[in-house]
Amino acid sequence: MSVRDRREPGAVDSGDLASLRADFPILARRLGDGRPLVYLDNAATTQKPRAVLEALERYYATECSNVHRGLHELSARATADYEAARATVARFIGAADPREIVFTHGTTESINLVAHGFGNGMVDPGDEVLVTEMEHHSNIVPWQLLCARRGAKLAVVPIDDGGELDLDELARRLGPRTRLVALAHVSNALGTRNPVERIAELARANGTRVLLDGAQGVVHEPVDVQALGCDFYAFSGHKIYGPTGIGVLWARAELLEAMQPFQGGGDMIRTVSFAGTTWNDPPAKFEAGTPHIAGAIGLAAALDYLERVGMERIRLHEQELVRHAVDVLGSMPRVRLCAAGPRRTGVVSFCVDGIHPHDVGTVLDHHGIAVRAGHHCAQPLMERLGVPATVRASVACYNVRDEIDALARGLERAFEVFTA
Amino acid sequence: VNDLRELYQELILDHARHPRNHGAIAGTEHCAVGHNPLCGDRVVVYLDLRQGTIARATFEGSGCAISLASASLMTEAVTAASLEETERLFESFHALVTGGLEPELAPARLGKLAAFAGVRDYPVRIKCATLPWHTLRAASRAESTRVTTE
Repeated sequence: MSVRDRREPGAVDSGDLASLRADFPILARRLGDGRPLVYLDNAATTQKPRAVLEALERYYATECSNVHRGLHELSARATADYEAARATVARFIGAADPREIVFTHGTTESINLVAHGFGNGMVDPGDEVLVTEMEHHSNIVPWQLLCARRGAKLAVVPIDDGGELDLDELARRLGPRTRLVALAHVSNALGTRNPVERIAELARANGTRVLLDGAQGVVHEPVDVQALGCDFYAFSGHKIYGPTGIGVLWARAELLEAMQPFQGGGDMIRTVSFAGTTWNDPPAKFEAGTPHIAGAIGLAAALDYLERVGMERIRLHEQELVRHAVDVLGSMPRVRLCAAGPRRTGVVSFCVDGIHPHDVGTVLDHHGIAVRAGHHCAQPLMERLGVPATVRASVACYNVRDEIDALARGLERAFEVFTA
Repeated sequence: VNDLRELYQELILDHARHPRNHGAIAGTEHCAVGHNPLCGDRVVVYLDLRQGTIARATFEGSGCAISLASASLMTEAVTAASLEETERLFESFHALVTGGLEPELAPARLGKLAAFAGVRDYPVRIKCATLPWHTLRAASRAESTRVTTE
């Protein structure tokens, strides 16, 4: 594996990057008429390194079988690899024990699992759940549903014009009935990296649990859930170079112990009878039915790959790219960066005067540049910013400065089509 | 690559920049809201309907160049048309932008709407072009319900 020797921290040099890009087969493909792909839609999903594709192939080609039930050799191997994947995830995010890792379909299911497993039993009528104005719909709607089920109240922490949370307001909103604060580690629409350590401190002092939506966090910086101080951490495999359809919920062991099951089915039970059924221990208690075995193994391969590259180096590299993007785009007269706060991670969100984001997206696509144009599943945030949509360029470890420059050139083409 | 100008024709850009018939018709019951949940675009279409004929059509809303121009050119095209003619126009327009109708074979009644032929090469933008028409149809039936493109 070409990345094995690159452990020393520091900025990734261009030689390194060229070999790293070679680890991602799709980056070599040409689009329709031979133009190269400039992939800047990484917050939607990241591309997969060969190591992940090979892990999927290996599972299906050499040990495909079900887990936790077969007595035969293949099943024993698949079970060992599936549980090893759990241990890899635990190590990657600093969990105290692999049993604190629940495999889900993705961030959305992880959050819904907490809304049911934690919310149904531990959020009572009159209690409060606190979210923020910058959340993705998947970190709003499950709480709205929970509050409706339980007669609880959903409260919202506002953001300022720079896209930063109002911490004083958050502290004020933490009341005696606030059971949970649910917020993004990093905003998917703005890239704002929230001061989650401080928020967790405030919450803990108030006896309030903290859930972090880590979909855009874990992919951009080294994560240690103990250091973050949260109680729940949710993320998706496909946004961190792994397969689609696999996700993770980390929760403190005592919480998983106390929580109600989410879905019922095989594997999550100890005994079943019509007189009463007893639950398996966590994490099996929350993994009803055959899990996405290949997905878990593929995700572990992605995390192994990232450990070899080094998350701190990736963080520095991406920070450099985002800084370059802010410089280049920020100097274009018709471009307005959205909520250009200082704690931006992985994402540059912007509007172009006189050109709707969709038209910007179409012109960029025409030049081989993939970005996202839309509301980013964050309609309350768009309303707060006073825009219907934004253009979002989001970077990954394999992006290079030239691609940011290509984005700028693409925007120049858009200006030509849409003369003011 | 097909030329971007095929999509963004001068006529379309002009109507996007200066939408015609933009505004509400006070007091009409023939009005409907169209919504594209994918992108958050929203359009409201108002009709002054007299004995099955559209005396006047207007719209409000913001959106991309394609949806604004489509709404603007639509309101011009349906003015003084009967609802039956309007329905036939929508069918032709729909076929044109979804690729079911070759631009060369487009019926003359499409007139300026033929400028939207380029949309067929951009499948993700079809909904931008058709949302105003779906909304107009709802307005003509005085459905006060929300229209979506999903």
